[in-house]
Amino acid sequence: MSVIGRGLSKRFAKAARPAIHSVDFNAPSGSITTLLGPSGSGKTTVLRIVAGLEIADAGNVSIVGEDVTAVPPERRGVGMVFQSYALFKHMNVADNIAFGLSVRKEPKDAIKARVNELLELVQLDGLGDRWPSQLSGGQRQRVALARALAIRPRVLLLDEPFGALDARVRIELRDFLRRLHDETHLTTLMVTHDQDEALELSHHVVVMNEGRVEQAGAPHDIYDHPATPFVAAFVGGANVLRGHVTDGRAEVGSFSVDLPTGATEGAAATAFVRPHDVKIAPVPDEGTAARSVTNDAPEVALAKIERLVRVGGMVKVTLKLPSDESMTVEMPKSEIDALSLSEGDRVMVDLRQAKVFVEDYAI
Amino acid sequence: MTRSNATALVTPSRRRSLSSRGRIFLRVVTAGYLGVLIALPLLALLATAFEKGVSGAILAIVSPEARAALWLTLWTGGLVAILSAILGTLTAWVLVRYRFPGRAVISALVDLPLAVPTLVTGLMLILLLGPTTPLGDWLNAHGLRIIFAKPAIILALLFVTLPLVVRTVEPVLREIDPAEEESAATLGASPLTIFRRVLFPALWPAIAVGTLQTFARALGEFGSVVIISGNLPRRTMTAPVHIFGAIESGEPHAAAAVSVVLVAVSVALFVFAEHRLRARPT
Repeated sequence: MSVIGRGLSKRFAKAARPAIHSVDFNAPSGSITTLLGPSGSGKTTVLRIVAGLEIADAGNVSIVGEDVTAVPPERRGVGMVFQSYALFKHMNVADNIAFGLSVRKEPKDAIKARVNELLELVQLDGLGDRWPSQLSGGQRQRVALARALAIRPRVLLLDEPFGALDARVRIELRDFLRRLHDETHLTTLMVTHDQDEALELSHHVVVMNEGRVEQAGAPHDIYDHPATPFVAAFVGGANVLRGHVTDGRAEVGSFSVDLPTGATEGAAATAFVRPHDVKIAPVPDEGTAARSVTNDAPEVALAKIERLVRVGGMVKVTLKLPSDESMTVEMPKSEIDALSLSEGDRVMVDLRQAKVFVEDYAI
Repeated sequence: MTRSNATALVTPSRRRSLSSRGRIFLRVVTAGYLGVLIALPLLALLATAFEKGVSGAILAIVSPEARAALWLTLWTGGLVAILSAILGTLTAWVLVRYRFPGRAVISALVDLPLAVPTLVTGLMLILLLGPTTPLGDWLNAHGLRIIFAKPAIILALLFVTLPLVVRTVEPVLREIDPAEEESAATLGASPLTIFRRVLFPALWPAIAVGTLQTFARALGEFGSVVIISGNLPRRTMTAPVHIFGAIESGEPHAAAAVSVVLVAVSVALFVFAEHRLRARPT
């Protein structure tokens, strides 16, 4: 039941650049695959092409091995959920859910049974005769989900399904979707700009930027081994430090980071450091001692704590580096309490992990 | 102390009496305005229609010329209202849902018939399709009589009523999330089913209002029709032209009697529509 896109390109009229360019992806059967990217990255365009709501200029889409590139949306057998819910306002909840079945002219009894089954599945039992306007955002989105599932689609397409909901409902619905998928194992293709959502909910992530696929893989793979600077910056909210290759090391900001051999001397280097991949410690002895420490360990630098914000069990520390760059560090509250650090203190900064990209000089 | 108490007691009631006086004044003005503008002329029309008694009015209406003119006006108006409902809704849909080059021009063209004097509309159609023009010549050679015949009346009425359905349906359609149509499509609905089951239930009140306006406008159209229909009694003479003829030949009571029929049909339809639209919310 997999969905595969090959070489998909689309340019909208009057657009300066193509919305998507030569996009390949594979949403394996029975799993949740997420198209992740900032707005304007083309992820929704890809989803709409899969649904048949847009026609690609080039490339093809196959669903369960069948090439559906030329098949109109009404015969693709996909269930789609929109960010705006898109419920039929003049139909009650039950009629909304029944729509796809009644279009298929299924017998009335069967439709009724199926609608009740779905109302139960999305935990809206007894609300069949309500109007969409009488429901909360989370309830509406569950009706939309039930309506899409009613036709027993081959694939479920979700376009920013939680985008219009407030934070609490969003997390509730995310868990609900996860449990629903554990029950149904329906092949799902979802679009989101929220990396937490993507990393938490999906088995496969396709990161998109400016109409192209940057990287595809398992969530932890994308997170731990970003293939491009864009992925490193977009996924995980990394600090960005810029510099150059000097003596085979990347001199970025106030840090010096190991590089694999063969890096071109003088090439531009960018290091991406996740907020929780930084360790800070009080300066043991002001002055000379600290200097010698940083000389021995070049990945350590001195910095000043500019801001210290406590968010629940975590603390967000903003550091000012000698190079005048700012850096964000996240650490458990207990850790910073043990170190008894506060705003204005000078600290040693140790990069536990940094991902460095050296610009290629292709000749 | 006592004085301020006294004012406190007096002021509210005085204010109330002032405001109620103001309200009565406004009601009188509104009623007077509507009365002078609408009720009095209507009364005058009724009085003239029955000047020669009920039988005189009936005779004026059932004369072969009047009957033919009324019938022609009613069926051409009805046909144009139906055509306009279909084509106007389609035009509104295209204007709202599609972005294409020249869209702004087309949108402006839709309003043009309101800006063009109806006499000029008639003239334009004659200059395009008249017997001395190349297109008219070609049509004649193929046995198609349009100008000075019934098709010309329909053409002129379609032209002058074009914006009515488009402009009533357009804003309502704009309020409908395109994703509703799109989700209907992914659920297996054909374009026709989407219109019937998703769009039409939301649009029909607007379509109904536009269609009624079209019909009412068609019943009264004079300027364009008088130029291109040929005005042959019992064949291409419409009711408004017939009324004009009756006035010209010094039969105001006949003119008024036929007018009363047109007004009655139009008002009856609007009252009926109002009732139905009120009966069903949303």
